[in-house]
Amino acid sequence: MTEEAIRQDNISSMSEQQSLPQEASEQKKSAFNNNNGRSSDNNIDNPFYDPTLKARHAKAKRFKFFTIASLVFSIAFLSFFLVDILVKGLPAFKQAYIQVEVNYNEKTLESTRSAIDRKYRRVVSRSWYRSIPLQVEKNPALMNSSQKVWVLADDNVDQYLKGHYYKLKSKEVKLIEELKSSGDVELRFNTSFFTSGDSKIPENSGILSAMIGSILTLIVTMLVAFPIGVMTAVYLEEFAPDNRFTQIIEVNINNLAAIPSILFGLLGLAIFINLFGMPRSSPLVGGLTLALMTLPIIIVSSRAALRSIPDSIRQAGYGLGLTKIQVTKDHVIPLAFPGILTGSIIGLAQAMGETAPLIIVGMIAFIPDSPSSIFEAATVMPAQIFTWAGMPERAYIERTAAGIIVLLSILISLNALAIYLRKRFEIKW
Amino acid sequence: MKSFELKNKRSERIEQGITALLILASVISVLTTFGILFSILFEAIEFFQIRSFWYFMTGSEWSPGVADSKFGAVPIFAGTFWITAIAMAVAVPIGLGSAIYMSEYAGDKVRDVLKPLLEILAGIPTVVYGFFAALTIAPFVVKAADYFGMDASFNSALACGIVMGVMIIPVISSLSDDVIRAVPVSQSNASLALGMTKSETIKSIILLSAAPGIISAALLGLSKALGETMIVVMAAGLRANLTWNPLEDMTTVTVRIVDALVGDQAFDSPATLSAFALGLVLFIVTLALNIVSLTMIRRFKEKYRINTL
Repeated sequence: MTEEAIRQDNISSMSEQQSLPQEASEQKKSAFNNNNGRSSDNNIDNPFYDPTLKARHAKAKRFKFFTIASLVFSIAFLSFFLVDILVKGLPAFKQAYIQVEVNYNEKTLESTRSAIDRKYRRVVSRSWYRSIPLQVEKNPALMNSSQKVWVLADDNVDQYLKGHYYKLKSKEVKLIEELKSSGDVELRFNTSFFTSGDSKIPENSGILSAMIGSILTLIVTMLVAFPIGVMTAVYLEEFAPDNRFTQIIEVNINNLAAIPSILFGLLGLAIFINLFGMPRSSPLVGGLTLALMTLPIIIVSSRAALRSIPDSIRQAGYGLGLTKIQVTKDHVIPLAFPGILTGSIIGLAQAMGETAPLIIVGMIAFIPDSPSSIFEAATVMPAQIFTWAGMPERAYIERTAAGIIVLLSILISLNALAIYLRKRFEIKW
Repeated sequence: MKSFELKNKRSERIEQGITALLILASVISVLTTFGILFSILFEAIEFFQIRSFWYFMTGSEWSPGVADSKFGAVPIFAGTFWITAIAMAVAVPIGLGSAIYMSEYAGDKVRDVLKPLLEILAGIPTVVYGFFAALTIAPFVVKAADYFGMDASFNSALACGIVMGVMIIPVISSLSDDVIRAVPVSQSNASLALGMTKSETIKSIILLSAAPGIISAALLGLSKALGETMIVVMAAGLRANLTWNPLEDMTTVTVRIVDALVGDQAFDSPATLSAFALGLVLFIVTLALNIVSLTMIRRFKEKYRINTL
């Protein structure tokens, strides 16, 4: 080892900040020997001494610090973001209920607000009053009786109990405090958030109809995108000759993956709705639009999966007299299937979070009841989040955040499933 | 023997049928691109038949709702440009810095943790970012501006730009990381052997070799920022406001497209058709960016003979 090489080594290991003490001392020793007794830290005598070295090392350190800082910023932003959403959204999983005396009789059926004592009227949810006739219809024994029941509280009571901004008169605040001390008001797990659809009354609104809308839309998406995507990948990877036509398709797919999603919405509006006359706001149109967006993702990942199958498999098949189609259908595709599935699930997760094109095709309609077919008007989860985010009442903010938590949990589970499948079925050739 | 031949012929026909089906499937993606192009183009032409193209490109007043409606898109382009510029100012240094750390400094184990963590940022739906921008970052920007004695709008371009930048970080970092790792080790070894520090090697050798890939990543990020919709719809303004101040509210092409198509106007009214004119501009610009970006990355791949990118 010449001294020069050692010095370079020293420099690079110093800048990497991981010079092992043992190694360093060895190098120092050898440097000492080579220099015929000259001390290596006596820099003036050293012909390789660079006066700017100190500054250069400081610069190297600063640069490394910058790269760490930028990474830390991204991670910090991510954690701040997640904490912020959790803090905003978790309270929505609890909902305030009040125990009050309810009178069921002819009069209350006509004017539902008279069912409970005057002083409680403003703290009980409007949606609960509306449900009184339904309750009696379901259970006729309730008629002409008076019972103490837990009823849904008004959103302002709910916000007051959670310590958020509220709009209550001081008289009502006093009443709530009284109820609190007597144990007649409590926060319970908010089941109605998962069992009801959208509502203009914040405490009554839930995410169910949006969830069903999302499921219907994604079924359409996958039914269209999965077969077409896999077939395209199989064609390009196994069959296509390397000619201009194939190149055009390839460039086009890469380009399609980078086209802004909102333009797919314009396509859906102009072609599916205006030209083909499909029903606006329906999961059919939304699903088809998303399918076109998901196609490139499925194609790219399926091609990667097909490419990872070694040629020996195909050669063995041909050697046994199988045709190209038989080799592909019975050997290559089954072997590549885990990879194809993983890519499709990731594509599905991306389609699930997509909002912009669906807004354009009208999937932000107000949908209180769950859609039952792909031709009915529907909304999807991200669109529901968007609608709630625009609502003026304070109680919608936590519902929006709660909707985000639900959506993110589903997306994370889907991605985790994809990773699990990949790890579980991955074949190392 | 005869039956064998017959079977062979039949299966041959089936095979041809299947191949035709596969070709048909591949053509759908091409049809989609043309579908987008033509659906936008026809409506845009209709718009330019009733409104001046020249005023659309150079006019500075955008007022679609009123009786004497005007469609000058310059303030919209300016707003889009500003918000995108802020986003890129956030995303490029941070994304590139993260990529350099992951590919050059971090060990394999650390990298295996960090990369998926950054990709979570890419998996978050944009509507969620929009909510975060509107409810957390925008009020924060207003407070911060207030502290320095400035007035900021609750729909400020700055808040949108920052959040959009964070959204684009993984786009840039992920691709840059792959590209930097694809640069042959011999190059950096040579540089280190000549006495360059690690940072000098990275800056003047590795980044230079990886430049086409990094630029391509940045262009891809730029095209994503230009077409981003939900963040700006939720956090940016609706007003076509021509200003240099990033603390004021601004609007973007995508916001105006959504606004024009969500309303109740008749489909052939100029207000609705203007969305397609804006969409056409967006399509052309992003298409150009994508093609440049894809060409650069392909050249890079050919130069270093990589198949995995």
